[in-house]
Amino acid sequence: MEIVPLGDSVLIVRVREQFDDAPEETLNEVLHAFEQLRSAAIPGVIELAPAYTSVAVFFDPLQVAEASGQPDRAFDWLEERVRRVITAAADRGKRRRTKRNIQDAVEIPVCYDPEFAPDLDDVARHAQISREEVVDLHSAADYRAACIGFVPGFPFMAGLPKKIATPRRSNPRKEIPPGAVGIGGAQTGIYPLRSPGGWNLIGRTPLKLFNPTKDPPVLLRAGDRVRFRVITREEFESLNR
Amino acid sequence: MIVTRAGFLTSVQDLGRIGFREFGVSTSGALDPLALRVANLLVGNDERAAGLEITLGGLQLRFDDERIVAWCGGEFEVEIGSQSLPAGHVARLQAGDELKFRTPQIGCRGWLAISGGVDAPIVLGSRSTDLRANFGGFDGRALRDGDVIPLGPRPGSSASAEATADRPIPATTISSWTAPHDWVSPATPNPILRFLRGTDWTRFNASTLQHLTSELFTVSPDSDRMGVRLGGPELCRIDNVDLISEAVAPGTVQVPPSGQPILLLGDCQTIGGYPKIAQVITVDLGIAAQVRAGDRVRFSEVSLGDAHQLFLQRERSLERFRIGLSLRDQ
Repeated sequence: MEIVPLGDSVLIVRVREQFDDAPEETLNEVLHAFEQLRSAAIPGVIELAPAYTSVAVFFDPLQVAEASGQPDRAFDWLEERVRRVITAAADRGKRRRTKRNIQDAVEIPVCYDPEFAPDLDDVARHAQISREEVVDLHSAADYRAACIGFVPGFPFMAGLPKKIATPRRSNPRKEIPPGAVGIGGAQTGIYPLRSPGGWNLIGRTPLKLFNPTKDPPVLLRAGDRVRFRVITREEFESLNR
Repeated sequence: MIVTRAGFLTSVQDLGRIGFREFGVSTSGALDPLALRVANLLVGNDERAAGLEITLGGLQLRFDDERIVAWCGGEFEVEIGSQSLPAGHVARLQAGDELKFRTPQIGCRGWLAISGGVDAPIVLGSRSTDLRANFGGFDGRALRDGDVIPLGPRPGSSASAEATADRPIPATTISSWTAPHDWVSPATPNPILRFLRGTDWTRFNASTLQHLTSELFTVSPDSDRMGVRLGGPELCRIDNVDLISEAVAPGTVQVPPSGQPILLLGDCQTIGGYPKIAQVITVDLGIAAQVRAGDRVRFSEVSLGDAHQLFLQRERSLERFRIGLSLRDQ
Protein backbone atom coordinates (compact mmCIF):
# COMPACT_ATOMS: atom_id res chain seq x y z
CA MET A 1 0.00 0.00 0.00
CA GLU A 2 1.17 3.50 -0.85
CA ILE A 3 -0.25 6.89 0.13
CA VAL A 4 0.59 9.80 -2.15
CA PRO A 5 -0.61 13.41 -2.00
CA LEU A 6 -2.54 14.81 -4.97
CA GLY A 7 -1.92 18.45 -4.14
CA ASP A 8 -2.75 20.02 -0.78
CA SER A 9 -6.29 18.66 -0.29
CA VAL A 10 -6.31 15.07 -1.56
CA LEU A 11 -4.51 11.87 -0.60
CA ILE A 12 -4.54 8.92 -2.94
CA VAL A 13 -4.36 5.57 -1.22
CA ARG A 14 -3.08 2.99 -3.67
CA VAL A 15 -4.25 -0.24 -2.14
CA ARG A 16 -2.71 -2.38 -4.90
CA GLU A 17 -0.36 -1.82 -7.82
CA GLN A 18 -2.18 -3.81 -10.49
CA PHE A 19 -5.80 -4.44 -11.36
CA ASP A 20 -5.97 -6.85 -14.29
CA ASP A 21 -3.98 -9.65 -12.68
CA ALA A 22 -6.63 -10.13 -9.97
CA PRO A 23 -9.68 -7.90 -10.59
CA GLU A 24 -11.97 -9.61 -8.07
CA GLU A 25 -9.54 -9.54 -5.16
CA THR A 26 -8.34 -6.04 -5.97
CA LEU A 27 -11.84 -4.66 -6.18
CA ASN A 28 -12.84 -6.34 -2.91
CA GLU A 29 -9.82 -4.92 -1.17
CA VAL A 30 -10.32 -1.41 -2.54
CA LEU A 31 -14.02 -1.35 -1.68
CA HIS A 32 -13.31 -2.71 1.77
CA ALA A 33 -10.77 0.07 2.32
CA PHE A 34 -13.33 2.59 1.00
CA GLU A 35 -16.01 1.34 3.42
CA GLN A 36 -13.62 1.32 6.37
CA LEU A 37 -12.48 4.86 5.60
CA ARG A 38 -16.07 5.96 5.35
CA SER A 39 -17.06 4.49 8.68
CA ALA A 40 -13.88 5.80 10.31
CA ALA A 41 -15.19 9.33 9.60
CA ILE A 42 -11.76 10.93 10.10
CA PRO A 43 -12.26 14.62 11.00
CA GLY A 44 -11.70 16.91 8.03
CA VAL A 45 -12.27 14.22 5.41
CA ILE A 46 -15.03 15.48 3.14
CA GLU A 47 -15.23 12.94 0.34
CA LEU A 48 -13.92 9.52 -0.76
CA ALA A 49 -13.66 8.12 -4.26
CA PRO A 50 -12.65 4.53 -5.14
CA ALA A 51 -11.17 3.74 -8.57
CA TYR A 52 -9.81 0.33 -9.61
CA THR A 53 -6.75 0.06 -7.33
CA SER A 54 -7.08 3.19 -5.22
CA VAL A 55 -9.23 5.28 -2.92
CA ALA A 56 -8.92 9.07 -3.06
CA VAL A 57 -9.40 10.91 0.24
CA PHE A 58 -10.50 14.53 -0.23
CA PHE A 59 -10.01 16.70 2.85
CA ASP A 60 -10.28 20.24 4.13
CA PRO A 61 -6.79 21.28 5.28
CA LEU A 62 -8.26 23.74 7.80
CA GLN A 63 -10.43 21.13 9.51
CA VAL A 64 -7.58 18.62 9.49
CA ALA A 65 -5.23 21.20 11.02
CA GLU A 66 -7.75 21.89 13.77
CA ALA A 67 -8.51 18.22 14.42
CA SER A 68 -4.85 17.23 14.54
CA GLY A 69 -4.02 19.84 17.16
CA GLN A 70 -0.67 20.40 15.39
CA PRO A 71 -1.16 22.57 12.30
CA ASP A 72 2.42 22.06 11.10
CA ARG A 73 2.06 18.32 10.97
CA ALA A 74 -1.59 18.10 9.94
CA PHE A 75 -0.86 16.27 6.75
CA ASP A 76 1.30 13.62 8.46
CA TRP A 77 -1.42 13.23 11.06
CA LEU A 78 -4.04 12.57 8.39
CA GLU A 79 -1.81 10.18 6.49
CA GLU A 80 -1.15 8.23 9.67
CA ARG A 81 -4.87 8.03 10.49
CA VAL A 82 -5.65 6.81 6.97
CA ARG A 83 -2.83 4.27 7.11
CA ARG A 84 -4.09 2.87 10.42
CA VAL A 85 -7.65 2.48 9.08
CA ILE A 86 -6.47 0.69 5.94
CA THR A 87 -4.06 -1.60 7.77
CA ALA A 88 -6.72 -2.62 10.27
CA ALA A 89 -9.15 -3.13 7.38
CA ALA A 90 -6.68 -5.36 5.53
CA ASP A 91 -6.22 -7.57 8.60
CA ARG A 92 -9.93 -7.95 9.13
CA GLY A 93 -10.44 -8.50 5.41
CA LYS A 94 -8.07 -11.47 5.45
CA ARG A 95 -9.99 -13.17 8.22
CA ARG A 96 -13.37 -12.97 6.54
CA ARG A 97 -12.45 -13.04 2.91
CA THR A 98 -14.86 -15.90 2.22
CA LYS A 99 -17.84 -13.90 3.48
CA ARG A 100 -17.64 -11.32 0.74
CA ASN A 101 -18.60 -11.70 -2.90
CA ILE A 102 -22.10 -12.91 -2.18
CA GLN A 103 -24.35 -10.48 -3.89
CA ASP A 104 -27.08 -10.63 -6.51
CA ALA A 105 -26.26 -9.36 -9.94
CA VAL A 106 -28.09 -6.33 -11.32
CA GLU A 107 -29.83 -7.40 -14.50
CA ILE A 108 -29.63 -4.93 -17.35
CA PRO A 109 -31.87 -5.48 -20.38
CA VAL A 110 -30.03 -4.72 -23.62
CA CYS A 111 -31.38 -4.56 -27.16
CA TYR A 112 -28.65 -5.47 -29.65
CA ASP A 113 -30.70 -4.43 -32.73
CA PRO A 114 -28.62 -3.09 -35.64
CA GLU A 115 -30.02 0.40 -35.12
CA PHE A 116 -28.50 0.46 -31.62
CA ALA A 117 -25.32 -1.38 -32.63
CA PRO A 118 -23.44 0.66 -35.23
CA ASP A 119 -20.11 -0.94 -34.26
CA LEU A 120 -21.21 -4.55 -33.87
CA ASP A 121 -19.73 -5.40 -37.28
CA ASP A 122 -16.37 -3.90 -36.32
CA VAL A 123 -16.29 -5.86 -33.07
CA ALA A 124 -17.24 -9.08 -34.94
CA ARG A 125 -14.58 -8.46 -37.57
CA HIS A 126 -11.96 -7.76 -34.93
CA ALA A 127 -12.83 -10.98 -33.08
CA GLN A 128 -13.24 -12.88 -36.37
CA ILE A 129 -16.65 -14.23 -35.33
CA SER A 130 -20.23 -13.52 -36.34
CA ARG A 131 -22.41 -10.69 -34.98
CA GLU A 132 -24.59 -13.26 -33.22
CA GLU A 133 -21.58 -14.76 -31.49
CA VAL A 134 -20.53 -11.32 -30.24
CA VAL A 135 -24.00 -10.80 -28.76
CA ASP A 136 -23.98 -14.29 -27.21
CA LEU A 137 -20.56 -13.73 -25.63
CA HIS A 138 -21.38 -10.22 -24.43
CA SER A 139 -24.75 -11.14 -22.93
CA ALA A 140 -23.64 -14.41 -21.30
CA ALA A 141 -20.70 -13.08 -19.27
CA ASP A 142 -20.70 -12.03 -15.61
CA TYR A 143 -19.49 -8.48 -15.10
CA ARG A 144 -18.52 -6.30 -12.21
CA ALA A 145 -18.50 -2.50 -12.13
CA ALA A 146 -14.88 -1.68 -11.31
CA CYS A 147 -15.24 2.07 -11.24
CA ILE A 148 -17.87 4.77 -11.83
CA GLY A 149 -16.72 7.87 -13.68
CA PHE A 150 -16.10 9.68 -16.97
CA VAL A 151 -19.62 11.09 -16.64
CA PRO A 152 -21.97 10.60 -13.66
CA GLY A 153 -23.08 6.97 -13.40
CA PHE A 154 -20.87 5.58 -16.19
CA PRO A 155 -19.84 2.04 -15.12
CA PHE A 156 -16.47 0.73 -16.27
CA MET A 157 -17.13 -3.00 -16.13
CA ALA A 158 -14.60 -5.82 -15.89
CA GLY A 159 -15.37 -9.33 -17.08
CA LEU A 160 -15.62 -8.84 -20.84
CA PRO A 161 -14.72 -12.09 -22.66
CA LYS A 162 -11.18 -11.56 -24.04
CA LYS A 163 -12.33 -12.64 -27.49
CA ILE A 164 -14.48 -9.53 -27.98
CA ALA A 165 -12.13 -6.98 -26.43
CA THR A 166 -11.85 -4.25 -29.09
CA PRO A 167 -9.72 -1.08 -29.15
CA ARG A 168 -11.57 2.21 -28.86
CA ARG A 169 -12.52 3.92 -32.09
CA SER A 170 -9.81 6.14 -33.52
CA ASN A 171 -12.44 8.83 -34.19
CA PRO A 172 -14.58 9.32 -31.10
CA ARG A 173 -18.24 10.20 -31.72
CA LYS A 174 -19.30 13.71 -30.78
CA GLU A 175 -22.60 12.51 -29.41
CA ILE A 176 -23.68 9.16 -28.02
CA PRO A 177 -27.28 8.61 -26.86
CA PRO A 178 -28.06 7.70 -23.22
CA GLY A 179 -28.24 3.96 -22.61
CA ALA A 180 -25.72 3.06 -25.33
CA VAL A 181 -23.75 -0.07 -24.42
CA GLY A 182 -20.17 -0.12 -25.61
CA ILE A 183 -16.88 -1.97 -25.62
CA GLY A 184 -13.70 -0.01 -24.92
CA GLY A 185 -10.60 -2.17 -24.89
CA ALA A 186 -11.04 -4.96 -22.33
CA GLN A 187 -14.00 -3.27 -20.63
CA THR A 188 -17.68 -2.79 -21.32
CA GLY A 189 -19.72 0.18 -20.23
CA ILE A 190 -22.98 2.06 -20.58
CA TYR A 191 -23.31 5.76 -21.43
CA PRO A 192 -25.73 7.29 -18.90
CA LEU A 193 -26.03 10.67 -20.59
CA ARG A 194 -25.77 12.17 -24.02
CA SER A 195 -22.02 12.63 -24.29
CA PRO A 196 -19.08 12.26 -26.64
CA GLY A 197 -17.25 8.94 -26.55
CA GLY A 198 -14.94 6.54 -28.31
CA TRP A 199 -16.27 3.12 -27.36
CA ASN A 200 -17.66 0.61 -29.88
CA LEU A 201 -21.45 0.68 -29.59
CA ILE A 202 -23.13 -2.73 -29.70
CA GLY A 203 -26.51 -2.23 -28.00
CA ARG A 204 -28.75 -0.03 -25.89
CA THR A 205 -30.54 -0.35 -22.56
CA PRO A 206 -33.81 1.43 -21.79
CA LEU A 207 -32.76 1.78 -18.12
CA LYS A 208 -31.63 5.11 -16.70
CA LEU A 209 -28.15 4.86 -15.23
CA PHE A 210 -28.09 8.33 -13.69
CA ASN A 211 -30.91 10.27 -12.12
CA PRO A 212 -29.82 13.22 -9.98
CA THR A 213 -33.20 13.39 -8.22
CA LYS A 214 -32.82 9.86 -6.81
CA ASP A 215 -30.84 8.60 -3.85
CA PRO A 216 -28.48 7.09 -4.80
CA PRO A 217 -28.42 8.89 -8.15
CA VAL A 218 -26.88 5.93 -9.96
CA LEU A 219 -28.12 2.49 -11.01
CA LEU A 220 -24.68 0.92 -10.57
CA ARG A 221 -22.01 1.47 -7.95
CA ALA A 222 -18.41 0.29 -7.90
CA GLY A 223 -18.38 -3.40 -6.97
CA ASP A 224 -21.87 -4.22 -8.28
CA ARG A 225 -22.24 -7.43 -10.25
CA VAL A 226 -23.98 -7.08 -13.59
CA ARG A 227 -25.59 -9.41 -16.13
CA PHE A 228 -27.08 -8.40 -19.45
CA ARG A 229 -30.38 -9.83 -20.70
CA VAL A 230 -31.07 -9.76 -24.42
CA ILE A 231 -34.34 -7.99 -25.22
CA THR A 232 -36.21 -7.42 -28.46
CA ARG A 233 -36.94 -4.05 -29.98
CA GLU A 234 -40.55 -4.33 -28.72
CA GLU A 235 -39.42 -4.98 -25.16
CA PHE A 236 -37.04 -2.04 -25.44
CA GLU A 237 -39.87 0.24 -26.53
CA SER A 238 -42.21 -0.91 -23.78
CA LEU A 239 -39.52 -0.57 -21.08
CA ASN A 240 -38.45 2.79 -22.44
CA ARG A 241 -41.88 4.30 -21.93
CA MET B 1 -34.53 39.05 -11.58
CA ILE B 2 -34.67 38.99 -15.35
CA VAL B 3 -31.80 38.06 -17.64
CA THR B 4 -32.14 40.63 -20.41
CA ARG B 5 -28.89 39.40 -21.98
CA ALA B 6 -27.24 36.14 -20.92
CA GLY B 7 -23.81 36.95 -22.35
CA PHE B 8 -21.15 34.48 -23.43
CA LEU B 9 -21.66 31.90 -20.66
CA THR B 10 -23.42 32.63 -17.39
CA SER B 11 -24.44 29.90 -14.95
CA VAL B 12 -25.77 29.49 -11.42
CA GLN B 13 -23.03 28.24 -9.10
CA ASP B 14 -22.45 27.83 -5.38
CA LEU B 15 -19.42 26.31 -3.67
CA GLY B 16 -19.89 23.01 -5.50
CA ARG B 17 -21.22 19.51 -5.15
CA ILE B 18 -19.40 17.53 -2.50
CA GLY B 19 -19.94 13.88 -1.63
CA PHE B 20 -20.96 12.25 -4.93
CA ARG B 21 -17.56 11.67 -6.46
CA GLU B 22 -17.90 7.90 -6.01
CA PHE B 23 -20.79 8.11 -8.52
CA GLY B 24 -18.72 10.09 -10.99
CA VAL B 25 -20.36 13.43 -10.17
CA SER B 26 -18.02 16.42 -10.63
CA THR B 27 -17.56 19.21 -8.13
CA SER B 28 -18.88 21.93 -10.46
CA GLY B 29 -19.35 25.14 -8.46
CA ALA B 30 -17.69 28.55 -8.73
CA LEU B 31 -14.25 28.06 -10.29
CA ASP B 32 -12.97 30.61 -7.77
CA PRO B 33 -14.82 29.63 -4.60
CA LEU B 34 -13.11 32.39 -2.60
CA ALA B 35 -14.44 35.07 -4.96
CA LEU B 36 -18.01 33.85 -4.50
CA ARG B 37 -17.58 33.49 -0.73
CA VAL B 38 -16.31 37.07 -0.43
CA ALA B 39 -19.07 38.44 -2.70
CA ASN B 40 -21.67 36.59 -0.63
CA LEU B 41 -20.29 37.90 2.65
CA LEU B 42 -20.33 41.46 1.26
CA VAL B 43 -24.06 41.29 0.53
CA GLY B 44 -24.91 39.67 3.86
CA ASN B 45 -25.49 36.14 2.53
CA ASP B 46 -24.24 32.89 3.91
CA GLU B 47 -21.00 32.38 2.00
CA ARG B 48 -22.37 29.15 0.54
CA ALA B 49 -25.28 30.88 -1.21
CA ALA B 50 -25.63 30.47 -4.96
CA GLY B 51 -24.65 33.34 -7.23
CA LEU B 52 -23.90 33.79 -10.90
CA GLU B 53 -20.65 32.90 -12.62
CA ILE B 54 -20.11 35.22 -15.58
CA THR B 55 -17.69 34.24 -18.35
CA LEU B 56 -16.27 37.00 -20.57
CA GLY B 57 -19.16 39.34 -19.82
CA GLY B 58 -22.06 40.42 -21.97
CA LEU B 59 -24.50 39.81 -19.10
CA GLN B 60 -27.34 42.21 -18.44
CA LEU B 61 -29.81 41.79 -15.58
CA ARG B 62 -32.91 43.69 -14.51
CA PHE B 63 -34.01 43.56 -10.89
CA ASP B 64 -37.63 43.55 -9.87
CA ASP B 65 -37.10 44.30 -6.23
CA GLU B 66 -34.56 45.95 -3.97
CA ARG B 67 -31.35 43.91 -3.63
CA ILE B 68 -27.80 44.30 -2.43
CA VAL B 69 -25.18 43.06 -4.87
CA ALA B 70 -21.40 42.65 -5.04
CA TRP B 71 -19.04 40.89 -7.37
CA CYS B 72 -15.45 39.64 -7.48
CA GLY B 73 -13.33 38.33 -10.33
CA GLY B 74 -11.61 39.51 -13.54
CA GLU B 75 -11.27 43.13 -14.63
CA PHE B 76 -14.85 43.68 -15.79
CA GLU B 77 -16.54 47.02 -16.22
CA VAL B 78 -19.77 46.62 -14.30
CA GLU B 79 -22.43 49.28 -14.56
CA ILE B 80 -25.65 50.01 -12.78
CA GLY B 81 -27.37 52.50 -15.02
CA SER B 82 -24.71 55.17 -15.48
CA GLN B 83 -22.82 54.33 -12.29
CA SER B 84 -19.85 52.01 -12.22
CA LEU B 85 -19.60 49.21 -9.66
CA PRO B 86 -15.99 48.18 -9.03
CA ALA B 87 -15.12 44.69 -7.81
CA GLY B 88 -15.56 44.13 -4.10
CA HIS B 89 -17.82 47.14 -3.54
CA VAL B 90 -21.41 46.83 -2.43
CA ALA B 91 -24.38 48.35 -4.19
CA ARG B 92 -28.01 48.61 -3.22
CA LEU B 93 -30.21 48.30 -6.26
CA GLN B 94 -33.78 49.46 -6.62
CA ALA B 95 -36.57 47.68 -8.46
CA GLY B 96 -36.13 48.33 -12.18
CA ASP B 97 -32.34 48.85 -11.95
CA GLU B 98 -30.21 47.29 -14.68
CA LEU B 99 -26.83 45.77 -14.04
CA LYS B 100 -24.39 45.17 -16.89
CA PHE B 101 -21.14 43.17 -17.13
CA ARG B 102 -18.97 44.30 -20.06
CA THR B 103 -16.11 42.28 -21.57
CA PRO B 104 -13.19 42.11 -19.11
CA GLN B 105 -9.88 43.83 -19.89
CA ILE B 106 -7.94 41.17 -18.01
CA GLY B 107 -9.22 37.82 -16.79
CA CYS B 108 -12.16 35.76 -17.81
CA ARG B 109 -14.72 35.16 -15.06
CA GLY B 110 -16.63 37.05 -12.43
CA TRP B 111 -18.96 36.02 -9.59
CA LEU B 112 -22.00 38.06 -8.69
CA ALA B 113 -23.67 37.66 -5.32
CA ILE B 114 -27.18 38.96 -4.75
CA SER B 115 -28.71 39.36 -1.29
CA GLY B 116 -31.00 36.40 -0.72
CA GLY B 117 -28.99 34.28 -3.15
CA VAL B 118 -30.17 32.59 -6.34
CA ASP B 119 -32.99 30.29 -5.33
CA ALA B 120 -32.18 27.30 -7.55
CA PRO B 121 -33.31 23.87 -6.29
CA ILE B 122 -30.76 21.87 -4.32
CA VAL B 123 -29.82 18.82 -6.39
CA LEU B 124 -27.36 16.36 -4.84
CA GLY B 125 -26.59 18.81 -2.08
CA SER B 126 -25.82 21.83 -4.26
CA ARG B 127 -27.43 24.57 -6.34
CA SER B 128 -24.52 24.49 -8.81
CA THR B 129 -25.13 23.88 -12.50
CA ASP B 130 -23.44 20.75 -13.83
CA LEU B 131 -23.08 21.93 -17.41
CA ARG B 132 -21.66 18.63 -18.61
CA ALA B 133 -24.35 16.35 -17.13
CA ASN B 134 -27.08 19.02 -17.45
CA PHE B 135 -28.58 19.12 -14.01
CA GLY B 136 -28.68 21.51 -11.06
CA GLY B 137 -28.65 25.29 -11.21
CA PHE B 138 -31.21 26.87 -13.52
CA ASP B 139 -32.72 23.96 -15.50
CA GLY B 140 -29.32 22.26 -15.69
CA ARG B 141 -28.11 24.75 -18.28
CA ALA B 142 -26.40 28.06 -18.88
CA LEU B 143 -28.66 31.12 -18.66
CA ARG B 144 -30.42 32.42 -21.77
CA ASP B 145 -31.88 35.76 -22.73
CA GLY B 146 -35.25 36.23 -21.07
CA ASP B 147 -34.76 33.76 -18.20
CA VAL B 148 -36.45 34.80 -14.97
CA ILE B 149 -34.17 33.81 -12.10
CA PRO B 150 -35.79 33.20 -8.72
CA LEU B 151 -34.04 34.85 -5.78
CA GLY B 152 -34.23 33.86 -2.12
CA PRO B 153 -35.85 36.08 0.51
CA ARG B 154 -33.66 39.08 1.28
CA PRO B 155 -31.88 38.67 4.60
CA GLY B 156 -33.72 40.75 7.18
CA SER B 157 -36.45 41.66 4.71
CA SER B 158 -39.27 41.04 7.20
CA ALA B 159 -38.62 41.03 10.96
CA SER B 160 -35.48 43.16 11.00
CA ALA B 161 -36.47 45.64 8.33
CA GLU B 162 -35.45 48.55 10.55
CA ALA B 163 -32.01 47.09 11.09
CA THR B 164 -31.58 46.87 7.32
CA ALA B 165 -32.54 50.50 6.97
CA ASP B 166 -29.77 51.42 9.41
CA ARG B 167 -27.04 49.85 7.31
CA PRO B 168 -24.29 52.22 6.21
CA ILE B 169 -25.16 51.86 2.53
CA PRO B 170 -27.65 54.50 1.45
CA ALA B 171 -30.30 53.45 -1.07
CA THR B 172 -29.32 53.08 -4.78
CA THR B 173 -25.70 53.84 -4.12
CA ILE B 174 -22.39 52.14 -4.00
CA SER B 175 -20.16 51.65 -0.97
CA SER B 176 -16.76 53.30 -0.84
CA TRP B 177 -15.28 50.50 1.28
CA THR B 178 -14.23 47.21 -0.22
CA ALA B 179 -12.71 43.80 0.45
CA PRO B 180 -8.96 42.99 0.07
CA HIS B 181 -7.76 43.53 -3.49
CA ASP B 182 -6.22 40.03 -3.93
CA TRP B 183 -9.56 38.44 -3.20
CA VAL B 184 -11.80 40.62 -5.29
CA SER B 185 -9.50 41.05 -8.34
CA PRO B 186 -7.29 37.98 -8.66
CA ALA B 187 -6.69 38.27 -12.42
CA THR B 188 -3.27 39.24 -13.75
CA PRO B 189 -2.11 39.36 -17.39
CA ASN B 190 0.60 36.64 -17.19
CA PRO B 191 -0.12 34.73 -14.03
CA ILE B 192 2.19 32.41 -12.13
CA LEU B 193 0.53 29.25 -10.87
CA ARG B 194 2.15 27.57 -7.90
CA PHE B 195 2.11 23.79 -7.88
CA LEU B 196 3.06 20.66 -6.01
CA ARG B 197 4.68 17.76 -7.81
CA GLY B 198 2.06 15.49 -9.33
CA THR B 199 1.68 11.81 -8.56
CA ASP B 200 3.44 10.93 -11.84
CA TRP B 201 6.22 13.53 -11.61
CA THR B 202 8.96 10.89 -11.85
CA ARG B 203 7.55 9.54 -15.11
CA PHE B 204 8.78 12.64 -16.96
CA ASN B 205 12.28 13.28 -18.21
CA ALA B 206 14.63 15.84 -16.70
CA SER B 207 14.34 18.43 -19.45
CA THR B 208 10.54 18.23 -19.32
CA LEU B 209 10.56 18.87 -15.58
CA GLN B 210 12.86 21.81 -16.16
CA HIS B 211 10.70 23.17 -18.98
CA LEU B 212 7.62 23.01 -16.78
CA THR B 213 9.04 25.72 -14.53
CA SER B 214 11.21 27.65 -16.99
CA GLU B 215 8.92 28.01 -20.02
CA LEU B 216 5.70 29.89 -20.70
CA PHE B 217 2.56 27.98 -21.62
CA THR B 218 -0.08 29.56 -23.84
CA VAL B 219 -3.77 29.10 -23.09
CA SER B 220 -5.59 27.48 -26.00
CA PRO B 221 -9.04 28.69 -27.19
CA ASP B 222 -10.65 25.27 -26.59
CA SER B 223 -10.44 25.72 -22.84
CA ASP B 224 -13.61 25.58 -20.75
CA ARG B 225 -14.89 24.89 -17.23
CA MET B 226 -13.52 21.35 -17.47
CA GLY B 227 -9.98 22.39 -18.11
CA VAL B 228 -7.46 24.85 -19.49
CA ARG B 229 -5.60 23.44 -22.48
CA LEU B 230 -2.06 24.70 -22.66
CA GLY B 231 0.45 24.87 -25.49
CA GLY B 232 4.17 24.90 -24.91
CA PRO B 233 7.22 22.67 -25.03
CA GLU B 234 6.22 19.02 -25.42
CA LEU B 235 6.19 17.28 -22.04
CA CYS B 236 7.79 13.86 -22.49
CA ARG B 237 7.60 10.76 -20.37
CA ILE B 238 10.45 8.37 -19.76
CA ASP B 239 8.13 5.36 -19.68
CA ASN B 240 5.10 4.30 -21.67
CA VAL B 241 3.35 2.24 -19.00
CA ASP B 242 -0.44 2.24 -19.37
CA LEU B 243 -1.62 3.92 -16.17
CA ILE B 244 -4.59 2.71 -14.16
CA SER B 245 -7.23 5.43 -13.89
CA GLU B 246 -7.46 7.10 -10.51
CA ALA B 247 -8.78 10.30 -8.99
CA VAL B 248 -8.12 13.69 -10.53
CA ALA B 249 -9.24 16.99 -8.99
CA PRO B 250 -9.51 20.66 -9.87
CA GLY B 251 -5.89 21.83 -10.14
CA THR B 252 -4.53 18.58 -11.60
CA VAL B 253 -2.19 19.14 -14.54
CA GLN B 254 -2.43 16.04 -16.69
CA VAL B 255 -0.44 15.26 -19.82
CA PRO B 256 -2.16 13.40 -22.66
CA PRO B 257 -0.04 11.63 -25.32
CA SER B 258 0.23 14.90 -27.31
CA GLY B 259 2.55 16.20 -24.59
CA GLN B 260 0.47 19.39 -24.24
CA PRO B 261 -0.80 19.70 -20.68
CA ILE B 262 -4.37 20.25 -19.49
CA LEU B 263 -5.02 22.04 -16.21
CA LEU B 264 -8.28 20.67 -14.82
CA LEU B 265 -10.95 22.99 -13.38
CA GLY B 266 -14.19 22.49 -11.43
CA ASP B 267 -16.18 20.63 -14.10
CA CYS B 268 -13.44 18.04 -14.63
CA GLN B 269 -14.14 14.32 -14.57
CA THR B 270 -13.65 12.50 -11.28
CA ILE B 271 -11.09 10.00 -12.62
CA GLY B 272 -8.45 10.06 -15.31
CA GLY B 273 -5.78 7.87 -16.82
CA TYR B 274 -3.32 10.47 -18.10
CA PRO B 275 -0.15 11.01 -16.08
CA LYS B 276 -0.37 13.84 -13.55
CA ILE B 277 2.73 15.97 -13.70
CA ALA B 278 1.63 18.65 -11.25
CA GLN B 279 -1.16 19.87 -9.00
CA VAL B 280 -1.86 23.60 -8.75
CA ILE B 281 -2.31 24.55 -5.10
CA THR B 282 -5.80 25.32 -3.83
CA VAL B 283 -5.15 29.00 -3.11
CA ASP B 284 -4.14 29.54 -6.76
CA LEU B 285 -7.25 27.95 -8.32
CA GLY B 286 -8.87 31.39 -8.40
CA ILE B 287 -6.00 32.65 -10.56
CA ALA B 288 -6.30 29.60 -12.80
CA ALA B 289 -10.00 30.40 -13.25
CA GLN B 290 -9.08 33.75 -14.81
CA VAL B 291 -6.87 32.61 -17.69
CA ARG B 292 -8.21 32.97 -21.19
CA ALA B 293 -7.16 32.13 -24.75
CA GLY B 294 -3.79 33.67 -25.58
CA ASP B 295 -2.75 34.27 -21.96
CA ARG B 296 0.65 32.95 -21.05
CA VAL B 297 1.08 31.20 -17.73
CA ARG B 298 4.14 30.13 -15.83
CA PHE B 299 4.42 27.37 -13.23
CA SER B 300 6.37 27.63 -10.00
CA GLU B 301 6.99 24.79 -7.57
CA VAL B 302 6.22 25.07 -3.85
CA SER B 303 6.37 22.60 -0.97
CA LEU B 304 3.37 20.86 0.55
CA GLY B 305 4.10 22.63 3.83
CA ASP B 306 3.97 26.01 2.09
CA ALA B 307 0.74 25.11 0.28
CA HIS B 308 -0.93 24.23 3.57
CA GLN B 309 0.40 27.38 5.27
CA LEU B 310 -0.98 29.53 2.44
CA PHE B 311 -4.33 27.77 2.70
CA LEU B 312 -4.55 28.22 6.47
CA GLN B 313 -3.44 31.87 6.29
CA ARG B 314 -6.11 32.61 3.72
CA GLU B 315 -8.84 30.95 5.78
CA ARG B 316 -7.75 32.88 8.86
CA SER B 317 -7.77 36.19 6.98
CA LEU B 318 -11.22 35.36 5.66
CA GLU B 319 -12.37 34.66 9.20
CA ARG B 320 -11.11 38.08 10.30
CA PHE B 321 -12.86 39.68 7.34
CA ARG B 322 -16.09 37.88 8.29
CA ILE B 323 -15.86 39.19 11.84
CA GLY B 324 -15.08 42.68 10.57
CA LEU B 325 -18.16 42.64 8.39
CA SER B 326 -20.43 41.47 11.17
CA LEU B 327 -19.21 44.33 13.39
CA ARG B 328 -19.89 46.79 10.58
CA ASP B 329 -23.43 45.51 10.30
CA GLN B 330 -24.23 46.13 13.95
